[in-house]
Amino acid sequence: MVQRKGSTRVSEDAEELVRVPLQAILLADSFAQKFRPITLERPKVLLPLVNVPMIDYTLAWLESAGIEEVFVFCCAHSKQVINYLESSHWFSLPHFEVTTIESHNSVSAGDALRLIYERHVIHGDFVLITGDTVSNMSLTQALQEHKDRRKKDNNAVMTMVIKRSKPSPITHQSRLGTDELFMAIDPYTKQLLYYEDKADHLKGTLSLEKMLLADNPSISLHNDKQDCYIDICSPEVLSIFTDNFDYQHLRRHFIKGLLVDDIMGYKIFTHEIHSNYAARVDNFRSYDTISKDIIQRWTYPLVPDVQFLGNYIAKLERQGMYRASAITSPVDKLNGELTCKLPETEPWSTSEVGSGGVGYIWSICEGGHEEEWRHSVAPTSADKLTEVMQATDDDLELTTQGSNVLLPSGELVPDSNSNLSEDDDNEDSRDDSVYFEKEVEATFLRAVHENVKEDHVILEVNSLRLSYNMTSADCAGALFYSVMKLALETPCNSNSELLKNVASVITRWQKLLKSYLQSMDEEILHLLYEKDILQEDAILKWASEKEGAEESDKVFVKQSEKFIQWLNEASEEDD
Amino acid sequence: MMMDFQVVVLAGGTSKKLVPLVSKEVPKALLPVANRPVLSYVLELLEHSNLKDLIVVVEGQDAALRVGGWISGAYVDRLHVEVAAVPEDVGTAGALRAIAHHLTANDILVVSGDLICDVSPGAVAAAHRRHGAAVTAMLCSVPVSGPLESGSSSGKDKTKKPGCCNIIGLDPTKQFLLYIATGPEIDRDIRVQKSILRAVGQMEIRADLMDAHLYAFKRAVLQEVLDQKDAFQSLQQDVLPYLVRSQLRSELSLNGAPHTEENGHDKVVPGDNQVMLSQLLAKTSTPSFHELYAMGPNGSAPVRRTHKCCVYIASQDKYCARLNSIQAFSDINRDVIGEASHLSGYSFSAQNNIIHPSAELGSKTTVGQNCMLGEGSQLGDKCSVKRSVIGRHCRIGSNVKVVNSVVMNHVTISDGCSIQGSVICSNAQLQERVVLKDCQILDRVLMVGFNEGSLMVTLYDRITRRKTHGGLRNFGHHVIFLEA
Repeated sequence: MVQRKGSTRVSEDAEELVRVPLQAILLADSFAQKFRPITLERPKVLLPLVNVPMIDYTLAWLESAGIEEVFVFCCAHSKQVINYLESSHWFSLPHFEVTTIESHNSVSAGDALRLIYERHVIHGDFVLITGDTVSNMSLTQALQEHKDRRKKDNNAVMTMVIKRSKPSPITHQSRLGTDELFMAIDPYTKQLLYYEDKADHLKGTLSLEKMLLADNPSISLHNDKQDCYIDICSPEVLSIFTDNFDYQHLRRHFIKGLLVDDIMGYKIFTHEIHSNYAARVDNFRSYDTISKDIIQRWTYPLVPDVQFLGNYIAKLERQGMYRASAITSPVDKLNGELTCKLPETEPWSTSEVGSGGVGYIWSICEGGHEEEWRHSVAPTSADKLTEVMQATDDDLELTTQGSNVLLPSGELVPDSNSNLSEDDDNEDSRDDSVYFEKEVEATFLRAVHENVKEDHVILEVNSLRLSYNMTSADCAGALFYSVMKLALETPCNSNSELLKNVASVITRWQKLLKSYLQSMDEEILHLLYEKDILQEDAILKWASEKEGAEESDKVFVKQSEKFIQWLNEASEEDD
Repeated sequence: MMMDFQVVVLAGGTSKKLVPLVSKEVPKALLPVANRPVLSYVLELLEHSNLKDLIVVVEGQDAALRVGGWISGAYVDRLHVEVAAVPEDVGTAGALRAIAHHLTANDILVVSGDLICDVSPGAVAAAHRRHGAAVTAMLCSVPVSGPLESGSSSGKDKTKKPGCCNIIGLDPTKQFLLYIATGPEIDRDIRVQKSILRAVGQMEIRADLMDAHLYAFKRAVLQEVLDQKDAFQSLQQDVLPYLVRSQLRSELSLNGAPHTEENGHDKVVPGDNQVMLSQLLAKTSTPSFHELYAMGPNGSAPVRRTHKCCVYIASQDKYCARLNSIQAFSDINRDVIGEASHLSGYSFSAQNNIIHPSAELGSKTTVGQNCMLGEGSQLGDKCSVKRSVIGRHCRIGSNVKVVNSVVMNHVTISDGCSIQGSVICSNAQLQERVVLKDCQILDRVLMVGFNEGSLMVTLYDRITRRKTHGGLRNFGHHVIFLEA
């Protein structure tokens, strides 16, 4: 691949002399499962959109836009796609070369682009598009803008096409059923500065780095734009994908990655179309919406009554009814073969997606009732809308009460992220300590039942301590807890028996405890005393008892000597 | 229309930012700009808009007395001014809170006393009324700062870039204020409320606009906010951002106010939507996003309470600056006798300068363009004055150069001094061959060049309070403030 880095005048001229044919990469796989189960048997790009497979719209547009070479990347159901293309006219057109690239192990657009990079087939700027896009925009201007920017700045690697579309204030979805999109664009250079789809609804604010304003005196924030998923890319895009082998999704990884990364300084620009149409069948709602748009001729010339390759010519009749020319007999209202029909009797409103059942017949509709051809996408009913509305209102009230965004003082709450992560940390550590205690207890019980030597138990507990990153005090606590639990679980009838049990267990495992209780126990004793758990007399008695005991036994006593001394003095004073 | 506006001029007290220029004797409002107190510019701007009933709020009793004394002397038959003293350091919101009981009109125009501009307050008031806004703020482009021709200006611009002004979010029509960051908030990341962005669709964030501290408030709104949020100290940093943030989720009980007809569409109208719609149509041809947002599902009566925060953006060719720093003081003095000379109210001579008839100039002394020489000042021989303001009754010796500087009243400058980019306060005395660059010299200071040679002070930019520095000495109780 010819890198343009440090291109001199000569090489630029040379490049103009060697004309690179305009290329396009068409991804005939959405790498998503939104259309399941329909796409289990059939690739999405072959699904009919007003009786024509989607890919035909995309190819027809590419051809009309002056693209000379298209690489169709097929992955899911690749055989079907290739077979379809082979049987279609697309291979036989002059000045329009279609090449298929087949892959079976690509799981994402990133994989696809990496594979194409390895093939070394892209030599210049190319259009990146998916096979489910319908558009009638002219590429000339966008391409020219892209090329001009490239001449000035080698880092301008991509121009993405956007279109105005305000998401519904209620569902926060655009007309095409895609989630709302927040973008920041430099109003003068049209550089994309921020891109957030899949917005987190819980976060009431969106934050932009302050450095953005240091470079640009003004920024336009947009919530009313729609991403058309038509990108004009420089060849570097493919190598960026290869360099960053973890980039999968075109938007989520690639665009975000480029926007965040300021080392390479790659820039993405936008091109807004106004009167032209460009949309992508991304989900069922957009499937429905785009079908309607085609029938209502927004996508002219890609409409049923104009022959673009691969479709049947249909005649437009009154009331927006398309009738295939093959049908001569009077068409039955409900049994029209190859009829696209749109009852325009209902007032058409853009704001409410499904105020009534605006529907149409796909292809053959077998003697169904009116109800049955309203099935393409269940419209959002008025009830549902009010429900959602209610919910958002409730949300609003909640946020007012909990002052999620707005504190009473009018301050914006600091990003909840930091708090959350802290909470997470706390949660983690608490979980950790619980697990740790359980592990220690299990180790201890195993030692009891299998008569493991103390040294080994200490070793095990130490390793646990290291792996859970605990202090020896935690070990002591956990061990003491297990020891006491063991004593408690030994069946007993009276208090004295319990005491005896405790005593025996402790004496049995004293060495274990000792190894962790070296510095602590005086304090522990003191604590127990303070809390009135241990009576003063009991401690003194214990001390005198141990007086006669062997040396190893006296460790505890020695360690708590001071405290016992103090107790003795105190009791003397009391006397 | 202007009758309904009550005007509050916040004249401040002795601002700490302007030390050493201000003092007990000279509060901020009386700092001279082209030999006139800065407050006179605001008062004359208001007078020009036929706003003659004013409340001037001054921090501190002493300062209030001085300001009041000056106003009653200068404007006795022209304006009806009430001077109110408030405790020091209450902030702008606190000052308004203190005088809230004086406010009676429907709308309040709040002007900062250090504003020097030629934008008519009437335009702001009209924008406020047109939208029935809760608050309307005037924005202007950020003034050019720093000395005009010196090479250091580029370096300065870099450091000052977004730091000193506001970050402002506007709707596409540039009529509504959607986001404002002021003060310490500027240094943080920009956090925009999604709800507002959703409602309006597109927001333009600008760093090249400045809040001019000229606001029109709906009185009910202002009083309610001041009452309820008693922690709010500053209009700019607390009240305005609060109103902007809560504009789509208004907590204001606007319909409780006695002036219901004022708040027409802002409050919940229980009637049928025909009335609503006609009201909307009457107000504006296309409903603003506030109204659309407030609307119920089917365009019925509003379900949400909103209020509007509007802006009036002064056009580029208007002059607008605030005297809130020493740099601004120098800049404004330079501008008022220079590019914005129409503000000064003086008539310039053919040489494009103002020399009072009573001023005396020695032989071979030149006074260049954009200069001002006050009443009764005397200049010796072979002096040169460029782009500077010299106050009243100054005595300037021979061979003195004054460039890009402000010399206040009763200053004595001895022979051979050179003053560049400096401010010399009243009653200072400079002895022979003192060289000053980018300095401020406090009141009644005696400055001596010693050891025969000239005293070189070429320190830069910030004030330090070192009593002795670079060979300067502390003379008794006079302290010399230098930039270091």
